[in-house]
Amino acid sequence: MNLVIFSGPPSSGKTSIILKTIEALRQREIAVGVVKFDCLNTDDDILYERAGIPVKKGLSGALCPDHFFASNIEEVVQWGREQGLDMLITESAGLCNRCSPYIKDIKGVCVIDNLSGINTPKKIGPMLKAADIVVITKGDIVSQAEREVFASRVSSVNPRAVTMHINGLTGQGAYELSTLLYDEENHIDTVQGMELRFPMPSALCSYCLGETRIGEAYQLGNVRKMDLGDKDA
Amino acid sequence: MHKLTIAEIIEKYPFVEAFFEENKLDIREHGHRTFKEYLDTFTEDEIEDYAIDKAALYENLFEYIKQMKDFLGLEEEEGIESLTILPGHDKSNNPEQFEELTIRKSEIVSIVGPTGAGKSRLLADIEWTAQNDTPTGRTILINGEIPDKKWRFSSNNKLVAQLSQNMNFVMDLTVREFLELHAASRLVEDVEGTIGRIIDAANNLAGEKFDLETPVTSLSGGQSRALMIADTAILSSSPIVLIDEIENAGIDRRKALNLLVDEEKIVLIATHDPTLALIADKRIVIKNGGIHKIIETSKEEKEILSKLEEIDKFVLRMREDLRKGKELSNHN
Repeated sequence: MNLVIFSGPPSSGKTSIILKTIEALRQREIAVGVVKFDCLNTDDDILYERAGIPVKKGLSGALCPDHFFASNIEEVVQWGREQGLDMLITESAGLCNRCSPYIKDIKGVCVIDNLSGINTPKKIGPMLKAADIVVITKGDIVSQAEREVFASRVSSVNPRAVTMHINGLTGQGAYELSTLLYDEENHIDTVQGMELRFPMPSALCSYCLGETRIGEAYQLGNVRKMDLGDKDA
Repeated sequence: MHKLTIAEIIEKYPFVEAFFEENKLDIREHGHRTFKEYLDTFTEDEIEDYAIDKAALYENLFEYIKQMKDFLGLEEEEGIESLTILPGHDKSNNPEQFEELTIRKSEIVSIVGPTGAGKSRLLADIEWTAQNDTPTGRTILINGEIPDKKWRFSSNNKLVAQLSQNMNFVMDLTVREFLELHAASRLVEDVEGTIGRIIDAANNLAGEKFDLETPVTSLSGGQSRALMIADTAILSSSPIVLIDEIENAGIDRRKALNLLVDEEKIVLIATHDPTLALIADKRIVIKNGGIHKIIETSKEEKEILSKLEEIDKFVLRMREDLRKGKELSNHN
């Protein structure tokens, strides 16, 4: 089974791109399933179900969704194998733009959209910078110039990635993406022992543990203060 | 190159400043160091805080320089003379009804057919330089030859620039700032001169004039289109321009197409507007996912075109008069 990890900011068009890409993969009789990771809620699983795609969803709830991803990915891979899939796609929204769920030697795709603004590429961390393929969406609603500027900013933070423009509504470009995803040589049975491309942050403060009161007396663990300048000035 | 100091790299390749800026690397006090030495100045805490991947950054810098050098080299290379489409098949696997279609630069071809007939697929085939490896089985040649793979994978060299119906500016900038930004991303040397040419060209197309200090978000529909078309004609590196309809409001469409032709673009227009469709020398009829036929614009059609253009002019004059607050009249 092939494993492909999709990631990208909320509402960037991940689900639309994956649905259109699976359409193209199915024409080649490749069996694809999806596992959707989200934080509090998602209805995207219904969209996949409606398209007849085997799907599972995982809600991380009070946990960081990327940490949740890392602790569940092996079980998810085993589910995909039981389903007899040729390709398993995982989809997760990057929430704070700090982390990324990519795993070394597993294809990682980042979906970002032109509407998010030309300064977005430098705000996103490893989720964009460590991707193998960057898909840029919503190009049909911005000017050609903005598309070109956005693409050049993406390539300055991740020059090694293949950058593609895909229209999530018409599917223009999705077939082409599908040809880059499936690789007969690249089968895996497990991700046991594989490594994340980038470490997740070490944050553990009293608020991680459920503290709700504000004030110095309640702040324990890994706490950092903003530098607001000289207090006397 | 790996042994150069940061100052030496910047002197040799001024464009790398954009790389440092986009990756938020403050190199101001590190000019005397090599890039590797600079990366080694980060502490463990900083690496975690800023999510820095030293090895990736290191490789990326040199990959970026390589790509930008290629890109600059390309600008000087001979451009694209022609685009050839070799037939594939429609959705029912019937072979497409033409032998070979070659479109040369400065030529305009229109595309007609109902929604969902396969216009997007044709475009995608061109953009991806299909080699009998897409659902239509078409093959695309550039200058009569199998094209270089770079057209598929490079982010800075896209074959097709698109001007679609519902395009907007989303950036909150003045026209000048907007054009400066685009010029910088294309590594243009004479920024002022280029901006001047674009604004002149845009004003030549637009019904109502605007200047460089106008915010792009407050341009009218016609002005926005005029600016987008002038910018694409003059500043975009893509040799093929696809236009999805141009509304007949606030812009001189004939002049707009002429501008693209003058800048040696290959122009494709998806349209059901008879004036636009007939300005083209040929039109592609799409049906059931395939190219059904290719029609050369006949002499009779060119006569119809003159009639249509007169009607368009009449409508335009009425629009102008309305705007000026006049009463409309059959006589000039």
